[in-house]
Formats: sequence, structure tokens, C-alpha cells
Amino acid sequence: MSTKVKKMLFILSKATIENAYAAFVMANGARMEGIESEIFFTFFGLEAIQKKKLEHLHVATVGNPAMHMPTMLGGLPGVEAFATKMMKKEMAKLDMPPIGEFLEILSDSGCKLWACKLAVDMFHLKEEDLIDQLDGILTIGDFYSRADQEGCQLLFI
Amino acid sequence: MEKILAQAKLNVTEEGYLTDFTQWTNEIGFELAKEQGITMTEKHWEVIEYLQDKYKNQEALSIRGIKNSGVINIKELYALFPGGPLKKSTLIAGIPKPKSCI
Repeated sequence: MSTKVKKMLFILSKATIENAYAAFVMANGARMEGIESEIFFTFFGLEAIQKKKLEHLHVATVGNPAMHMPTMLGGLPGVEAFATKMMKKEMAKLDMPPIGEFLEILSDSGCKLWACKLAVDMFHLKEEDLIDQLDGILTIGDFYSRADQEGCQLLFI
Repeated sequence: MEKILAQAKLNVTEEGYLTDFTQWTNEIGFELAKEQGITMTEKHWEVIEYLQDKYKNQEALSIRGIKNSGVINIKELYALFPGGPLKKSTLIAGIPKPKSCI
């Protein structure tokens, strides 16, 4: 394989389960191909690295045309939880790990995990609220400086 | 494609994966590893054996499977096969490249 991509830098800004998994699968896939990868968690993306919240991410059923259900229905109590349950079931069939285990796998694979300083301050989070595998809390400038070689790609999710 | 390695004529894919596992021998594994710049150790062989068992039992490979294998952890696997752990280890093991994205 002769890809020109040497390093993938992901910014995860959302906490819906489909966005978190998109970032995780791509970051892990990069490592598996011998490409470096790092994830910067900002704004609602921080939910995916908060110990108390990370196993409770949901699919968005409101404002998501791909759900193929009227938006009004998507907002009814229990609909989001049900859709999330269904999706988790399908993911388990494909041997996709839950969020917490996926973060362990990423960390063990050498994928760096960063929290956004501004968002951490905004949500009044402390380091102990965040996962143990976290590599640190960075400003966006710090994160840009991680793109330190030819072949770096930044992706906002 | 055909390829000669360790005095044996092998059928391989464009990426160098054996298309017929029965052609594989330890010696060929050793030579394939050398081509990847990897010197085989006891731990390497242990992983190769695990992968081949999985293949023989028609079980899909994934990085999560490695984590729960009890044979090796993910960090060690990356250290043993730098630059794409499952890609390189399966190539050396003489089995197909994993198709899964995870």
C-alpha cells in the first residue's frame, strides 16, 4: 500500500453514537494501516470521554432524515432509547466494541486522545471526570501543532 | 501471481498474500517476515499460530478479538508487527488479509 496519508487528526464535536463511532472506526482503521491517528474531543464530543456519560450516548432520532420516521415521532419518549438499543444490537453483531472498550483499544493502539481546553472549561469538567486513557487537555493551537509532518489530514466530525 | 521463496513456488495476491494456505511452511513464514523487516521471535510465532487457528476455524479476525485472545495484547501486537499489525501478521501467517474495518 502506498497511501500518502501519514497521520489522521480527528475533531469530534458531537455526542451522537453514530458520530462517535465514525471517528473511532476511522481512527482505529488508520492505526491498523500503519497510519498515525489522534482524536480531539470538543464541545459535545466530550461526552464520549466522560466516565459517567460515555456508555449513554444516543442515536439522534430528531432532525435525522435517515431515520425515515416523522420528526414528531422521533421526539416521543422512549423512541431515541429504542433506536439506540437497536443500533447497539446491530453493532454488537459486527463485533463492534462499546464506547469504553473502543477507547481502550484506541489508546492501546497508539491513537492519542485529547480533550479541548475551552470546552472542558465551559462544561466545568475536571480531569477526574474524563477517561484514564486521556493523553491530555489541549488548546486548538496545540492540536494544530500535532499536524507536524507531510501527509497530515484534519477531519471535523 | 507467482513468487519463489525458500525454494518453493508460491501463488500470491498482488499485495503478496498467499492464496493457498497449504503452501505455507515455517520457513516461508520466516522469509515473508524478513521481507517485512521483521525478525521472528517466539512471541511472533505464538501470534502466527493463533491467527492460523482462527483461520482454520473460519473465525473472523479483529483487533477486539486480539484484545480478548489471551495470547497477546494490542500494545504488544503493534510492537511486534509495526506499520499495520493485522495486515503484516496475516501476511506472514500465510492467511488472507482481514476484510473487517474493525
